[in-house]
Amino acid sequence: MDRRQSLKLIATGAIASGALVAGCATDDKKDKKTDAPAADKPEFTTDRSPEEAEFERALKAKGAFFTPHEMATITVLADIIIPRDNVSGSASEAGVPAFMDFIVQDMPQHQTPMRGGLRWMDTQSIKRFGKNFVDCTPAERITLVDLIAYPEREHLKKDKKLAPGVAFFSLMRNLTVTGFYTSEIGVKDLGYAGNRPNQWNGVPADVLQQYNVSYTEKEIKECVQFTDNNG
Amino acid sequence: MGDVQVKKQPKKYDVVIVGSGAGGGMAAYTLANAGLEVCMIEAGPMYDPQKNITQLKNPWDSPRRGASTKFRPFGDFDACYWGWSIDGEPYTKKEGTQFDWWRARMLGGRTNHWGRISLRFGPKDFKRRSIDGLGEDWPIGYDDIKPYYDRVDKLIGVFGTNEGLENDPDGIFLPPPRPRLHELFLKKGATEAGVRVIPSRLSILTQKLNEDRGVCFFCGQCNRNCSMAKADFSSPNVLIYPALKTGKLTVLANSMAREVLTNNEGLATGVSYVSKEDMQEYQVEGRVVILAASACESARLLLNSTSTRHENGLANNSNVVGKYLHDSTGAALGGFIPTLFGRKRYNEDGVGGAHIYSPWWLDNRKLDFPRGYHIEYWGGMGQPSYGFNWGIEKMNGKYPVNGQQKEAGGYGASLKEDNRFFWGASVGMAGRGEAIPVDSNYCEIDPSVVDKYGIPVLRFNFKWSENEIRQARHMKQTFKEIMHNMGAVITWGGDDDASNNYGLSKPGEIIHEAGTVRMGNDPKRSALNKYSQAHDCKNLFCVDGGQFVSQADKNITWTILALSMRASEYIIEEMKKQNL
Repeated sequence: MDRRQSLKLIATGAIASGALVAGCATDDKKDKKTDAPAADKPEFTTDRSPEEAEFERALKAKGAFFTPHEMATITVLADIIIPRDNVSGSASEAGVPAFMDFIVQDMPQHQTPMRGGLRWMDTQSIKRFGKNFVDCTPAERITLVDLIAYPEREHLKKDKKLAPGVAFFSLMRNLTVTGFYTSEIGVKDLGYAGNRPNQWNGVPADVLQQYNVSYTEKEIKECVQFTDNNG
Repeated sequence: MGDVQVKKQPKKYDVVIVGSGAGGGMAAYTLANAGLEVCMIEAGPMYDPQKNITQLKNPWDSPRRGASTKFRPFGDFDACYWGWSIDGEPYTKKEGTQFDWWRARMLGGRTNHWGRISLRFGPKDFKRRSIDGLGEDWPIGYDDIKPYYDRVDKLIGVFGTNEGLENDPDGIFLPPPRPRLHELFLKKGATEAGVRVIPSRLSILTQKLNEDRGVCFFCGQCNRNCSMAKADFSSPNVLIYPALKTGKLTVLANSMAREVLTNNEGLATGVSYVSKEDMQEYQVEGRVVILAASACESARLLLNSTSTRHENGLANNSNVVGKYLHDSTGAALGGFIPTLFGRKRYNEDGVGGAHIYSPWWLDNRKLDFPRGYHIEYWGGMGQPSYGFNWGIEKMNGKYPVNGQQKEAGGYGASLKEDNRFFWGASVGMAGRGEAIPVDSNYCEIDPSVVDKYGIPVLRFNFKWSENEIRQARHMKQTFKEIMHNMGAVITWGGDDDASNNYGLSKPGEIIHEAGTVRMGNDPKRSALNKYSQAHDCKNLFCVDGGQFVSQADKNITWTILALSMRASEYIIEEMKKQNL
């Protein structure tokens, strides 16, 4: 396709550009604090500048942000979002609840949405089942979760009162997913194969074939090629 | 509080250098190896990539999973200390204008985390005024700097390919790595759009260069600095620690320069600084003073160094210091390649940065903006970090997962499947373009604000012009076309229009600021001569981005290194002739 033709398609909106994953807008502004029960406080094991080390000492000196009840609710919800399956363990097995307590202190903008959202869950749960969310049966929990877990469902367009729950569950889902897939269990689940010394010889042949792409003569001639296995 | 007493360093040096990044590191390396006694002042702490390690860490080694902080705006594993805002060191902006000023505070500065994009300026880049009537010509041409580029290539190492392009000169290159899978898609999409794609030119060692450094092992983490193999260029690994081995270099870390000292003849005699360790005032003397503190910090130092001989600030009879400030333009866009959903896993970390790029390919005489840009690309199966699959509820209802149409959002084993399915398909690109330096874009001393050391701070006054906005518009059109040609879906950066300058980056955001202490043949219109030497003070030099007349559509580090090597050798020659 030539440039003119392709620009025309762009102009007529033939190319979808709806906002899907907002790749840039995830790295929220942050500022402070530390982590939960003193026993499972995560440690920084990377280089720290002097000011940073000082900041993180102060962060660590703070206690947990979430109450034990809130942590119990987070644990139940996180394991609904990321349960154990035939590939890997659950969110709680991957330490997601402790990550949550740390991250809301490091990024205070998450504190009120999380605390308020957890309270919203309990209020709705009491209204419907006469007890807090964690005290509900698994079936009762899922009944409530299903009301807010699918942001495009029809009933949400009519029942605007559920909107805070939808917003909370999306945040909870995002934090759980991020916490899980950046844990050891989650990275393994994903199959990320990097972060280790190796020698890059290009895309594997079967993958080139799968996508019907190939290297040019020029690339094969010019690019570095490793023939030994000592790296 | 007790009296402030000034302590003098007892040793008198041949050369005092302020700053330890690319310019300062190269000056220290060149001068110390020539046998001169060199003192380097650095505002941040000592940093040794061999001990201060973030490389090969896993995401869970950071409790915030690699998220950014004010201490590390590029993420918790990035090797650069500080960024656009530093506690206790403010800067201000004139109302209605923008500028975000990145400041590293550590030995080696930004070279510890930079993109290693090592592009020579071409012959046209030194003579833009002669071509389009805008800005100013440099007092030197490509032939003047070429021998130094060649030597920097050989000393530091850079991979790339000789393409015989007129304004993207050939170099002395190591072999580049083969493109990754998404880069083959990008190459196809760009080529169909008439955009040339060639192997990247990055200062990363794909082959052995010398006994001091190893070879790249493809972890893709150059922004963490190569602690393990010293296979990428950073000033500490490649210049400063080797220079320290000569025994001729002294580094004074945690030392914030206050002003350049001068004598009755108006010559530089040394530098005064405050030690962050004891908050005492010090002075260090040198026969020559070299500023390499970064473009704006060097301008600030000069403007703060007033005396009866230099009432307007040092080296500023021309009144150009602080003016002609400019940064690269930037605009970006991204999304994913649906055919890559559910792709096979393998290690494609590669080098830190893209294996391909697009140098400027068009003729500005046929366009509605005067200067070019190059395109940088990214994507693929990178290491997960904070923000991973954020917003998946906006993805998993739109695209069938393993053939099954699902509802947006959800949870459970099905959500785990979605996360695996979508990972590794992302792709993006960004333009880095040349802005026109103008005297109305400048930094100056704010008359009423000081930092915590009592040093008057900079006030910025900067606005983009239509030249840069139209360039950003062209970038976005080009990127959309490339994405379309490769069958990719745009998820962000696709909706920009005139209301937001087509997504043009804020000034300072690309961190290529330059031009504030520019060189030139006319002392009335420039601060430095063609050897980076102050017109008004012959034993004062500036070897950072400040000296640039214009910065091309090329990242400026390689040119800083070449100019600093050239200025340093000029200093050695002038000292031999007893002119300094």
